[in-house]
Amino acid sequence: MKTLMLGNEAVARGLYEAGCSFVSSYPGTPSTEITECVALYKEVYAEWAPNEKVAMEAAFGASLAGKRSFCAMKHVGLNVAADPLFTMGYTGVNGGMVIGVADDAGMHSSQNEQDSRHYARASKIPMLEPADSAEALAFTKLAYDLSEQFDTPVFIKMCTRVSHSQSVVQPGERIEVSKTYEKNPQKYIMMPGNAKLRHPIVEERTRKLVQWAETCEINRIEEGADRSMGIITSSTSYQYVKEVCGDKYPVMKLGMIWPLPEQKIRDFAASVETLVIVEELDSFVQTHCKELGIACVGKEKFSCIGEFSQNLVAEKLGVETQTGIKLDAAIPPRPPVMCAGCPHRGLFYTLAKNKVTALGDIGCYTLGAVPPLAALDTTICMGASISGMHGFTKASDTEGKKIVAVIGDSTFMHSGMTGLVNMAYNESCGTVIIVDNSITGMTGHQQNPTTGFNLKGDPAAKIDLETLCRAIGIRRVRVVDPYDLAACDAAIKEETAVNEPSVIISRRPCALLKYVKHNKPIIADNDKCVGCKACMKIGCPAISMVDGKAKIDNTLCTGCGVCAQLCKLDALQAAKEV
Amino acid sequence: MKTQNIMIVGVGGQGSLLASKLLGRMLLQKGYDIKVSEVHGMSQRGGSVVTYVRFGDKVYSPVIDKGEADFIVSFELLEAARWTEFLKPGGKIVVNTQTISPMPVITGAAEYPQGLAEKMQDAGLDVDAFDALALAEQAGSSKAVNIVLMGHLSRYFDFAEAEWLDAIEKSVPAKFLELNKTAFMLGRNA
Repeated sequence: MKTLMLGNEAVARGLYEAGCSFVSSYPGTPSTEITECVALYKEVYAEWAPNEKVAMEAAFGASLAGKRSFCAMKHVGLNVAADPLFTMGYTGVNGGMVIGVADDAGMHSSQNEQDSRHYARASKIPMLEPADSAEALAFTKLAYDLSEQFDTPVFIKMCTRVSHSQSVVQPGERIEVSKTYEKNPQKYIMMPGNAKLRHPIVEERTRKLVQWAETCEINRIEEGADRSMGIITSSTSYQYVKEVCGDKYPVMKLGMIWPLPEQKIRDFAASVETLVIVEELDSFVQTHCKELGIACVGKEKFSCIGEFSQNLVAEKLGVETQTGIKLDAAIPPRPPVMCAGCPHRGLFYTLAKNKVTALGDIGCYTLGAVPPLAALDTTICMGASISGMHGFTKASDTEGKKIVAVIGDSTFMHSGMTGLVNMAYNESCGTVIIVDNSITGMTGHQQNPTTGFNLKGDPAAKIDLETLCRAIGIRRVRVVDPYDLAACDAAIKEETAVNEPSVIISRRPCALLKYVKHNKPIIADNDKCVGCKACMKIGCPAISMVDGKAKIDNTLCTGCGVCAQLCKLDALQAAKEV
Repeated sequence: MKTQNIMIVGVGGQGSLLASKLLGRMLLQKGYDIKVSEVHGMSQRGGSVVTYVRFGDKVYSPVIDKGEADFIVSFELLEAARWTEFLKPGGKIVVNTQTISPMPVITGAAEYPQGLAEKMQDAGLDVDAFDALALAEQAGSSKAVNIVLMGHLSRYFDFAEAEWLDAIEKSVPAKFLELNKTAFMLGRNA
């Protein structure tokens, strides 16, 4: 029966149908739902790994053992997994292995706009690029066939608009696939002598893949009567082109984005007057065409910045568009904010109050950078808060300065630990604050090694952060409740004053977790409130000033009481327990 | 059939994903080609969110662009005003008159514009404004605003009431079914 599925859900369905039996991933928008959805199939073992490198290596191990395996990550996660990636390109696979990577053109929820297609070319690993959910399902299954036929991992490359759009799919049946493991040192032990023998095999494999790309059905030409222009495109850009042009111009729709065909593109180019390449982000297909000496237009018209839309494509192709009525009023922006009751809020308020230099990391708590808290100095990548702070303290006069790294529980597990080892080993004096909200928050509540539960929701081993930090060699490890502003203040003042590395674990579960019980909303006393706005310094969406008095939004307030601690006139009070 | 475009806009956390799920299921039952494009990740944290629902014989783009929306269904007044440019000439805005201050307004860096519903009407926009929050509360939960709005939107489509209620049954957990059906009917009759 036909059904609506997110692109990510369709990849998960494809994994199921292809007989994939091992999945290991780290969450990252927009890739997360692939792994969450595949975990619902009991035939598939699925887990959250602490990071993408571990996930990819685990998937490789499962492939080695003879099973069809998979790992998923967002574009920046592929950077973390790049080390195993390039060598797995050499070894190839045993059971089929597919790598899901999701780009985020437009940076809806990312720190950069990198184009993962470059990784396919650089690591010499073929990449399929679906344009909707039906293709996401079909291409995932095809990827396993290619993986085993050509002895290589295969990428499924998603993007926000394919991952997070639902469209119609026709699900099918699952097949079971299994091979046996046989020891093969020349294939799997990549020391120089063996790797030198593998590299020519990889190059030969690419030549064969190019031949496949010349004739495969997923690189198709859709005819159009007007040959004044021909368009080569893929993924969501294909959808915009078709939306704008319909069947007017011939279109080459690429399903495999690396390696690219040569003769097929030459023939297509020769059949049209002007060849136009429509691709989001970098010049990739266009660069390929230029290498082949084919005249074409691409990045001269279409920007390498941001995502496309049908109007943008229409405008660049000279097709008229209409627009609606823009309202003549100043519409204030509505940026994302920390939720009411967020346990991070009290900590960030205290950091800002103490004028602490705070190197940040990746997670919900990045929102601590937003006014009025404005408590962060940097956000780079997973783990960079700790290692960055180490360098910062070593390179500057820290006497009398308060310098901290702020990192979440999941991010600390991902790649904060090695930074802390560096601090202990090389004797830093900074303070690491692990904001432990007992979940991976920003990506939508995924379990991690510190939560005590696994991806399937079953009880699992729980890493004890205090014990771990002490074992690394940090002598000063303390835990604070971020709802307790006085305790936060004392911990930050004391730990940043000592001349040795220290860890503060700011611990309280995310207010959005279902098991977290909220207090009754705070009660604002209009008679006592003088409108000093002390409570407004924490940027809580549940507090606003109405007619010069603090007002609590009872539908949002969780009664965390952080605002009440700021009010010197007791105008904000906890409700009496009944 | 020419592709129909519905934008669902609001504030992250207001429940627009359930609204689009319901709409998607309804349209699938009717045999249309459909695309529903959602926002996940950071914007969900109280930011401005938009979901695009498109249906017809063949739908290509997953998003709706300026001048294309047949309907804008807004969970909040300011959000309706933010997206008016996306409305097609002759399109309709269905808006909940509830207001939620964004952080720049809360901190005093900006003002929440007054009289937005009237401003939209004065600008020549076809606005159907009503208090969906009050109806949701009447149905039993302020969280049912999403279904109240879908109920009101249903007035503009020729689909049978029973088909909508059937889609609700398949979209919400059993223990909230009655509440959501009530919310839908309150919105439909408003």
